Amino acid sequence: MAEPALSIRGLTKVYGNGFNALKGIDLDVQQGDFFALLGPNGAGKSTTLGVVCSLVQKTAGQVSIFGIDIDRDFANAKYQLGVVPQEFNFNQFEKVIDIVLAQAGYYGMPRSEALPRAKQLLTELGLWDKRNGGARMLSGGMKRRLMIARALMHRPKLLILDEPTAGVDIELRRSMWEYLRRINQDEGTTIILTTHYLEEAESLCRNIAIINHGEIVRNTSIRELLAELDTETFLLDVAAPLSQAPVVEGFEVGLAEPTQLSLVVHRGQEMNRVFNALSEQGIKVVSMRNRANRLEEMFVSMVSERTQEARA
Amino acid sequence: MNTTQTLVALWTLVYKEIKRFTRIWPQTLLPPSITMAMYFIIFGNLIGSRIGAMDGFSYMDFIVPGLIMMSVITNSYSNVASSFFSNKFQRSVEELMVSPMPNWVILSGFVLGGMARGLGVGAIVTVVSLFFTRLSVEHPLLTLLVVVLTSALFSIGGFINALLADKFDDISIVPTFILTPLTYLGGVFYSISMLPTIWQSLSMLNPILYMVNVFRYGFLGVSDIPVLWALAAIAAFIIVLFIIALKMLEGGKGIRS
Repeated sequence: MAEPALSIRGLTKVYGNGFNALKGIDLDVQQGDFFALLGPNGAGKSTTLGVVCSLVQKTAGQVSIFGIDIDRDFANAKYQLGVVPQEFNFNQFEKVIDIVLAQAGYYGMPRSEALPRAKQLLTELGLWDKRNGGARMLSGGMKRRLMIARALMHRPKLLILDEPTAGVDIELRRSMWEYLRRINQDEGTTIILTTHYLEEAESLCRNIAIINHGEIVRNTSIRELLAELDTETFLLDVAAPLSQAPVVEGFEVGLAEPTQLSLVVHRGQEMNRVFNALSEQGIKVVSMRNRANRLEEMFVSMVSERTQEARA
Repeated sequence: MNTTQTLVALWTLVYKEIKRFTRIWPQTLLPPSITMAMYFIIFGNLIGSRIGAMDGFSYMDFIVPGLIMMSVITNSYSNVASSFFSNKFQRSVEELMVSPMPNWVILSGFVLGGMARGLGVGAIVTVVSLFFTRLSVEHPLLTLLVVVLTSALFSIGGFINALLADKFDDISIVPTFILTPLTYLGGVFYSISMLPTIWQSLSMLNPILYMVNVFRYGFLGVSDIPVLWALAAIAAFIIVLFIIALKMLEGGKGIRS
């Protein structure tokens, strides 16, 4: 079996102030995977990725990138790695083209090779026309795309994106998803992303790890995780306002708003029964949707369970 | 990284640094030339004509090497200090840290960039001085050697300052409160033979005195202190500070959490 793209064993990070950010986590990401690392703020996502990228010094543990131990040959490991951080971390006063060319140079790529690569990436990401402008003149979404182009200049086999679509509008987010899907499927680039948009993880990723309080609480495939989903909450818009929630035997029905019902459906329950019951009571349903993203529902319950356990 | 890749990476960093200070030339190259022209006019021409000879040379001829050296020192130092700190501040230092570039290449890139500015400004000030005096260089190779070494030394100093700095104020403290007084007291404007014995002895503790004197020796052929001893001291300082800066960089001082 091929070496994992990323292998983490017993990774621990204790900051100078005594905060234990990572408590000996283990994690494997296979080659070619599209992997999501989820967790609430302060859970340890960025610290984990920071160690992998050499921006954070680990306290203990081992990290290997395509089988290369970062303690033994970090330089070689870094060649396999492209990083798109959460915060903009380029010189805002430099030209777009200079930023990507300099990054290629840091990896030892000669200018004759870097120029066509820069043209290809900036064109694909819709930034070629902006190449001679200062980076500070770009919109937030363009700056994020610039960081993706920069990270891909040296053709990394593993791309790490920390909150890549934070603050990006829906249209641009979708186009970035398409682009990431393409480089994952067509070029075989392994992708790890952290995100707060769980819809993003569900839509893009095949496998997922959930980290909370510096520990991996789940590490599985998205499909398996969703199969475990016990309940889903739906919102039903009704034609006429109601003064109280109707009673439907076997279901939890609440009144979210006068013209909106909330309906909790457990796995295996038939929703036809709900519609029949509502119809018998003269309530006409005009539309229906999930209250939250399915994964989000599971994530919130998992994280809150763990938080309660930690407090207990 | 193989040798070719390392050289590409080093040149990328040096080129970027040179491009940075030339892009903002009204802030980096123009002010020192105007300031030094003022020094030449006021101290060299107006006041200097009343001071008379210093160590057997006209006062203007005496201060020119010191003023060139002063510009090289301050510009080498401040270029690296401000550039590297800006990289820290804007977090673009992460571009370097995630790359496979060895730490010595990162350090050397910034130091060579600082030297480029320091020596560039030194060359401009030298040209400006030609409007006020006729320069003769007694020992050209020695002059070149000492200015290059001094520029390297203060570039490394600026790098260490930037690594330790947490805010912009921190990169102006050393130049204002240490570098400038040491430069002014380092024999730029006077020969230490004019000082009482106790002050002469204290002046010998000032490293900038050695650099200014050896540089002046290169131009005029006179020095207050032994030239070889001074060269050895500068070289030793460079080696020690380079190792300290490299260790700090490897330890992630100020740049890794």
